[in-house]
Amino acid sequence: MQVSSEVQGETLVVRVDEARIDAAVAIQFKDRMRELVRQPVPVVLLDLSRVNFLDSSGLGAVVAVMKLLGPGRRLELAGLTPTVEKVFRLTRMDGVFTIHPAAPAQTHAG
Amino acid sequence: MPDDPPAEPQPVRLRIVFCATPLAVRQVLHRLIADLEGRGIPAEARSAAEIVLAEALNNVVEHAYAEATGEIEFELAPEPDGLRCSIVDHGSAMPELRLPEGTLPAGDEPAEGGFGWFLIRSLARDLRYDRIGGTNRLSFSLPATLAPDNPTP
Repeated sequence: MQVSSEVQGETLVVRVDEARIDAAVAIQFKDRMRELVRQPVPVVLLDLSRVNFLDSSGLGAVVAVMKLLGPGRRLELAGLTPTVEKVFRLTRMDGVFTIHPAAPAQTHAG
Repeated sequence: MPDDPPAEPQPVRLRIVFCATPLAVRQVLHRLIADLEGRGIPAEARSAAEIVLAEALNNVVEHAYAEATGEIEFELAPEPDGLRCSIVDHGSAMPELRLPEGTLPAGDEPAEGGFGWFLIRSLARDLRYDRIGGTNRLSFSLPATLAPDNPTP
């Protein structure tokens, strides 16, 4: 599961560098995010602009990450591609998350 | 020079038999979406088809076969306003021998699961499930065109 992450001010920006978050990788995604969110930042912004497909397992994993953060921290989303946006909208999860049109550019690769 | 030959007609039916694993499902979806594109199905309908097919095929891997392994037979045939799909497996039967209702999970806390059948029922039509002997057969129709998305009110 390839992701790149960077702290920008109070936000940990995590970009998923995979085309799919599906049943084949949902557990790896959750495990990778669990490691990353140990950093004590109040906001985690998940950049999904490179993800063109997410199924119900992937959606469940994103919800699980939100729960990992606990009540004092927020998970926000950015850069939903059309099919991913459709899954969030149909399941009404678009009302649960703050969704930004695009993520801020990363200042370095990594 | 003769005129260009007409575009090669798409095979009327498509049948794929594969091993029920998450990675095989990925590969088959990739192939199916390319096939739909070749049939001239527009992007919006392909996107809906990929969601339905992913959920239906992953259900077989995760629930019908669970820890076991086995084959999935997928078949697709054109019908007047879309595509008829069928998925056959030899795993466990659906609970109570019927399709889940697929209502969205209720409760104050957002759920981590239970969205699969909701998505299938939202995007596919004329669902049918038969358990015959040790075989599950799920069939459904996918529309070839979709109305533009309406935002959730």
